[in-house]
Amino acid sequence: MSQTAVTGDDSGSSSQASRISEAVIRIAGNSQDGIQSIGGFLARLAGRSEQEVMTMMTIPSTISGGPSIFQVRLGSGEVLSAGDQADVLLAFYNHSYEGHIGNLRDGGIVVYDSDHVDPNEEWLEKYRHIGIAISSLTVEAIGGTTRDKGKNIFALGLIGRMFNLNLEKLEGLINERFAAKGESVVKPAMDAFQSGYRYHSDDISNLFEFSISDVDRTNQVVMSGNEAIGYGLIAAGVRFGAAYPITPWSEIMEMLRRELPKYGGAFIQCEDEIAAVSMAIGAGYAGRVSVTGSSGPGISLKTEAIGWAVMAEVPLVVVDIQRGGPSTGLPTNVEQSDLNIACFGGHGDSPRVVIAASDVEDCFYTAMEAVDIARRYSVPVMLLSDQALATRIEAFEEPKLEEICQDLSPDLTPVTTHKPYDLESETGASHHRPPGTRIEDGRYPVATGLEHDEWGHPTSSPDLHDAMTKKRRNKIHFLSKELPVPEIYGADSGEVLLVGWGSTTGPLYEAVDKSLENGEFLSAIKIRHINPLPNGLEDIFSKFKKIYVVEMNDGGVHGYGQLAGLLRGRFADPRIQGINKTDALRWKVWEIIDRVKEISA
Amino acid sequence: MTESFKTEPQIKETEERKPLTKKEIAADHPTWCPGCGDFSVLAIYYKLIQKRNIHHEKVTTVAGIGCSSRFPYFVQAHGAHYIHGRALSFASGVSLSRPDLHVFAFGGDGDAYSIGGNHFIHTARKNVKMTYVVMDNFVYGLTKKQTSPTSPIGYKSKTDLWGAFDKPTNPMKLAIAAGATFVARTSHSNPKHLLEMMDLAMDHDGFGYIECLSECTEFYKGAFDASNPRKGGKYPLVPEDHDVTDESAAYELSGEDFPGRFGLFYQVQRPTKNALEARVSDDAKAKFEGKQDWEILQTNFNRMK
Repeated sequence: MSQTAVTGDDSGSSSQASRISEAVIRIAGNSQDGIQSIGGFLARLAGRSEQEVMTMMTIPSTISGGPSIFQVRLGSGEVLSAGDQADVLLAFYNHSYEGHIGNLRDGGIVVYDSDHVDPNEEWLEKYRHIGIAISSLTVEAIGGTTRDKGKNIFALGLIGRMFNLNLEKLEGLINERFAAKGESVVKPAMDAFQSGYRYHSDDISNLFEFSISDVDRTNQVVMSGNEAIGYGLIAAGVRFGAAYPITPWSEIMEMLRRELPKYGGAFIQCEDEIAAVSMAIGAGYAGRVSVTGSSGPGISLKTEAIGWAVMAEVPLVVVDIQRGGPSTGLPTNVEQSDLNIACFGGHGDSPRVVIAASDVEDCFYTAMEAVDIARRYSVPVMLLSDQALATRIEAFEEPKLEEICQDLSPDLTPVTTHKPYDLESETGASHHRPPGTRIEDGRYPVATGLEHDEWGHPTSSPDLHDAMTKKRRNKIHFLSKELPVPEIYGADSGEVLLVGWGSTTGPLYEAVDKSLENGEFLSAIKIRHINPLPNGLEDIFSKFKKIYVVEMNDGGVHGYGQLAGLLRGRFADPRIQGINKTDALRWKVWEIIDRVKEISA
Repeated sequence: MTESFKTEPQIKETEERKPLTKKEIAADHPTWCPGCGDFSVLAIYYKLIQKRNIHHEKVTTVAGIGCSSRFPYFVQAHGAHYIHGRALSFASGVSLSRPDLHVFAFGGDGDAYSIGGNHFIHTARKNVKMTYVVMDNFVYGLTKKQTSPTSPIGYKSKTDLWGAFDKPTNPMKLAIAAGATFVARTSHSNPKHLLEMMDLAMDHDGFGYIECLSECTEFYKGAFDASNPRKGGKYPLVPEDHDVTDESAAYELSGEDFPGRFGLFYQVQRPTKNALEARVSDDAKAKFEGKQDWEILQTNFNRMK
């Protein structure tokens, strides 16, 4: 906010409000305070707002009963990351105040619950302090025996007033949210909200006003990255899946379990990860592109079965919501350290497709693309997301469902003959014929993990193993020809090209924007298709002097992260260097800029 | 509404089709050793397909890894040779997504009770509709004579040179305790009985499990002589007055010393996983009567605005 804020006078506004294009608000309390639902409301407001507000949320910790925070970034422009520093901190307790004030920018505003927080003398100078008795005012507003339950809604009211958000719409959202629970819940919620919104203080009234964006964002939907993947799979025509619960993947399986029956499908909870991937492969063999997914150790467990799907050429989508590893690692933290297992996990030469989603909207479309590739190439597709992206809520333009939704019912059209592993296939891909297909010449296929001839019979012929290995690899190669070349964010040529993938993309693009403000020139690309890589990357690389691959993983023994290693292997280009970190936190924009300076020096 | 989970048979029988000949059902020549018990299970499977007038495309044969798991290659029908121990999970995926097919899974004792033990328990518990025949030879044959979970105490293998001493798995007890709804025991040496059990298992609406003794002539010759009247043994059938719905009685029957009993130990009717999932789907779909898939999805999206 600090960089982009302009005063009301400059913008010609008659109000006292600073006209801003974005703001980062961090709300800190305990998880039972319902502070995450404030984020939900703000996100929903964003999706239907004429003020073109956009939000992004991160939930670093969701442990029940413990301290919890979320950060929301509201903006009228494109919001690329959750923001490095907060402009406003809303602190419910001393521990939230003390623990998070370090994330507030100098001169930022801390709004604290004066019933619980004792301001620190030293910080009074550095940050603007606004104390409001949030707890007691909430109790007063609601009355009765509700204690301070509802102070999240009171706080939402305060935020609404501070940022001059649309009152009518916020009230509408609260109504919708609680309507099902009856008037006994709606009324106290509304009372708490009104009390917060109408809280009289010159300190907070209309502090800020968002500038009008030139982008029309009125037709938006709001969801988390995990939801976007789930809905993308449904839109693509997936009707069967199986999984085992694990954080942070579980949300997708819970949602598919709930949603797929509406479409005549099913999602099965299995006894373990191996059963889950096997059941999904079984259903894929039976004629439907099916999905399994996991995080961390679950992905390791699935690798043998994925190798079978590569060998037998059966379509499959595997969603990997990456978390910190190895082993049990950091279940609720982000890391991008599964690229290698996604590309190479398992024994033998087992080429598969790996694609990575970079933001919530991308989760939706990448899921659709994963299904499409799996089906057309009869191959497992690994879809990479991560913990930060999974739990982030964003608004994006509503997809035109009528146009994009697909029906992928099994094709059981009888055929005269069927060679399951045809070496003459133009793309190298096999056309999978599911059971139920009548084959008139009476020769039926066996899908197999043994090396096989074109009819699926086991063979240990050296020539056939060679030919089939090439066939499985060539179809991946064929796919690379149809992949789009990444667009360069920033200048088309220059000194430094930043290369990123997945959720690192947002901070990377923002680093490019920041560098321009500072008179430096960075450019960036995101690698969405990781295996195979799209053609034409070498042309992009050739226009820059230095290529830095920014990842949330370890540089390893050779000093390159997992994507950097892949790119060096592909292009043998010594200009490709790694910028890595393993603190299991998302990249902050300043970190990227600092690290670029450091490595360039 | 897309056709998916609740697929009705999609191939309409337009002509009367004659039962397949044995030649039409047989595929690759089996790779088993001469005298292997698995030959007779294969022959009975052909016979069952003929007897029940099943056509190539209506049946799916699934197996894991092991000698017996080579099965799908020898059957001229859609089949899958999956990974070690996970055949039941794969077969469940086929069964649950394609109610128009009958799924047969075949495997050995290593596949079923060792590496795949967990899937055996849970597929039984969930009562996924399929027929599962375990060809139990009490030894690892494909890897050439290591101890299997059913190797009896004292059996000398390459991994128990002094004789096996771990308590062997009792597959019948395991199946009953796991919640299987159809538990039968038979032997390759009695093809007529084997066919009878497979017939019953196929008619069972649920997880139809058959433990079939199948001798490994290479690494455990004579293992089942005591159950073979032609070799001086006995083939004691389940007593006629046995109540197949009595779990305790079935469990007790399973505890008899070798050769034990042969026949149907346990059978109860419990809704299949297939039916229960279909019911959930029917209920969910009822709320969206007449809506296309994209319209159903749109109702979710409308709530996210």
